[in-house]
Amino acid sequence: MTDVTASSFVRQDLVPERPAPVKTTGFIGFVRTRLLNSPTNILLTIVALLLLWYTIIPALKFLLVDAVWSGKDRNACLAENTGHQVGACWPYIQAKLTQLIYGFYPEAERWRVNLTFILAVVLLAPLLIPRLPAKGLNASLFFFAFPVVAFFLLRGGGLTGFGVSWVASLSQLFGDSIVNAGQVLVNLSQNSAIGPVLWGIGKLIVLIGSAVGWLIFPLTWLRDQLQMSGQPLWYDFLLTAVIVSLILFFLGGGMRTGQRALLASLVTFAGIAVVIKLMGLDRGGLAVVDTRLWGGLLVTLVVSVTGIVTSMPIGIALALGRRSTIPLIRVFSIAFIEFWRGVPLITVLFFATYMLPLFLPGNFNVDGLVRALIGIALFAGAYQAEVVRGGLAAIPRGQGEAASALGLSWWKTTSLIVMPQALRHVIPGLVNSFIALFKDTSLVSIVALFDLLGSLHATFSDPTWSTPTTAFTGFAFAGMIYFVFCFGMSRYSLFVENRLNAHRRN
Amino acid sequence: MSTDPIVNISTLNKWYGDFHVLRDINLEVGRGERIVICGPSGSGKSTLIRCINALEEFQEGEIVVDGIELGPNLRRVDEVRREVGMVFQSFNLFPHLTVLDNCTLAPIWVRNIPKKDAEATAMKFLERVKIPHQANKFPGQMSGGQQQRVAIARALTMNPKVMLFDEPTSALDPEMVKEVLDTMVDLAREGMTMLVVTHEMGFAREVANRVVFMDAGQIIESNTPQEFFANPQHARTKLFLSQILR
Repeated sequence: MTDVTASSFVRQDLVPERPAPVKTTGFIGFVRTRLLNSPTNILLTIVALLLLWYTIIPALKFLLVDAVWSGKDRNACLAENTGHQVGACWPYIQAKLTQLIYGFYPEAERWRVNLTFILAVVLLAPLLIPRLPAKGLNASLFFFAFPVVAFFLLRGGGLTGFGVSWVASLSQLFGDSIVNAGQVLVNLSQNSAIGPVLWGIGKLIVLIGSAVGWLIFPLTWLRDQLQMSGQPLWYDFLLTAVIVSLILFFLGGGMRTGQRALLASLVTFAGIAVVIKLMGLDRGGLAVVDTRLWGGLLVTLVVSVTGIVTSMPIGIALALGRRSTIPLIRVFSIAFIEFWRGVPLITVLFFATYMLPLFLPGNFNVDGLVRALIGIALFAGAYQAEVVRGGLAAIPRGQGEAASALGLSWWKTTSLIVMPQALRHVIPGLVNSFIALFKDTSLVSIVALFDLLGSLHATFSDPTWSTPTTAFTGFAFAGMIYFVFCFGMSRYSLFVENRLNAHRRN
Repeated sequence: MSTDPIVNISTLNKWYGDFHVLRDINLEVGRGERIVICGPSGSGKSTLIRCINALEEFQEGEIVVDGIELGPNLRRVDEVRREVGMVFQSFNLFPHLTVLDNCTLAPIWVRNIPKKDAEATAMKFLERVKIPHQANKFPGQMSGGQQQRVAIARALTMNPKVMLFDEPTSALDPEMVKEVLDTMVDLAREGMTMLVVTHEMGFAREVANRVVFMDAGQIIESNTPQEFFANPQHARTKLFLSQILR
């Protein structure tokens, strides 16, 4: 108890609500409290306004006000003909638009590119909208069926064999290359100090190679029989379908639980058959368009989408490998990641394009675009691996322990508990890499692949459109295209992040 | 003691590098028995119960859980884990899954139970821990006590024969300790075999058949709760009890 007498107060009338003073809300309030509330901020506001004045105004002037909107050739975009200072020369973009999109893809075949674009949008859009159903089917169509269809649409060509022939040819190639390597060693042994040793090892390797050849003889025999029949593709297809379906049926649990796997397999093969029939792959397919003719936005999209889609599984596998307790896997993953991160992308592309063919056996020829794609996928995969590893490191150990304690295996713990959480943590980092990769695709132009920027460069040499502002217009246009794609990815990633992190909001 | 122990630990030895954490542990747990393990921090209590479902490996000795032998090579770890449920100090619920999904994940992916049945079972256990109405919330939206009760329900959905509790109330506000302990008392009344590492001596007195006191990686004393609290034998036990009971 104190000696201070407590004063008592009981409110009789409630204070009525009043609007806030005008000076603190709305636009005036914003300006007063955020822009002009201290001398430093007044100074910063003025500097910012000046910066905007000196960037936005000239840009708008160049792109819109002074721009030329129509014309047939360079004369429309020359200052002496227009009578005013000339900004962007849009008719030049209009004239070169097809080249910027398709490169030198033959004009009569461009519908194939358009169809591929449409297919991609039709399959990708529902995948990106969370509300729509059947995500599993949609994803498998986009990630597995679409690349194959797109390959035959864009490149053309048909099939002469299917699963059985492929397996046979691949194993034959494998056996042959072993024999080859042995032969090389035997030849080396003739003028070498350790000749007999080399000779012995060489002969042994040749023997192993021949053994492989004998082991797969039934397969190659089967392939040759199929090739001699009237319909090699369809017989091979049927045989493959039966074999694969039976394997899946028994792996799925035989008579008890295998029906689902069998049904899925049969439906998949039916789908493949429809595609083969529709695209006429059994009759040679569409006319072949060599990848050297591809160009423009087409190449940019093919390279970046393939790079983004394939780098993810590579990155995830490497990230898991780097955290593995098995030394061999861990060392391999670390070596792989550090190698690809330590080498510039340009070097990778050069190596893939010009040096790899020198090392490969003579009968083994890989398309130039595919070589660049593989190089980019491995390169991007190494970067993704480190991003994913960051996410994995952020997951408390207790999560894995709780899953193990419930009896979940390592694979299930990883795929259901650890990886989903890890990936959610690193969405910003992953998309950052995606965006970087999308823009890095322009480097393929140094290995004679004409992506969007490469095609743009090519148009500069056309004298019909040679004006002082042609190059600026072209780069501004390309910049806008890159920006639209990258900004789209960025916004979509924000959306996904908010959605997937619903559990973090309380 | 029961003639048919469900968990039998014999001469268990474990080292962290050169540090001998568990020394010659022998412990038999009968079916339906409730054992409270206590002791100062660093005495190896948590390590001991984590060895039972092979979250920790050990170098010597043998653990038999319901007839399944678990030696230093941990070959039958999956079988053991299916019989043993565990509740952690930090709950370890899966934050990206709803409460219901937390409880159905293991039945669906380990026992291959159809989703509908798994959900029905999960709801039954969520009702038992008195939070069925929160089934569609995420763990982050719940209080610590509720999360720990969900963790108990999650472990129960696998129908374990033994439940391990690793300091289940240590991370909780005092107000929430009671709701979790009540759930555990209910579980004990239903006859579940329980090994509980805890400092809640009230809980030990109320439900334990036996209190095991550990220090420096060894079992120092093991007795019924009445005897243990009223009449501790070893000097270390007396010191420990004098420090935690005031």
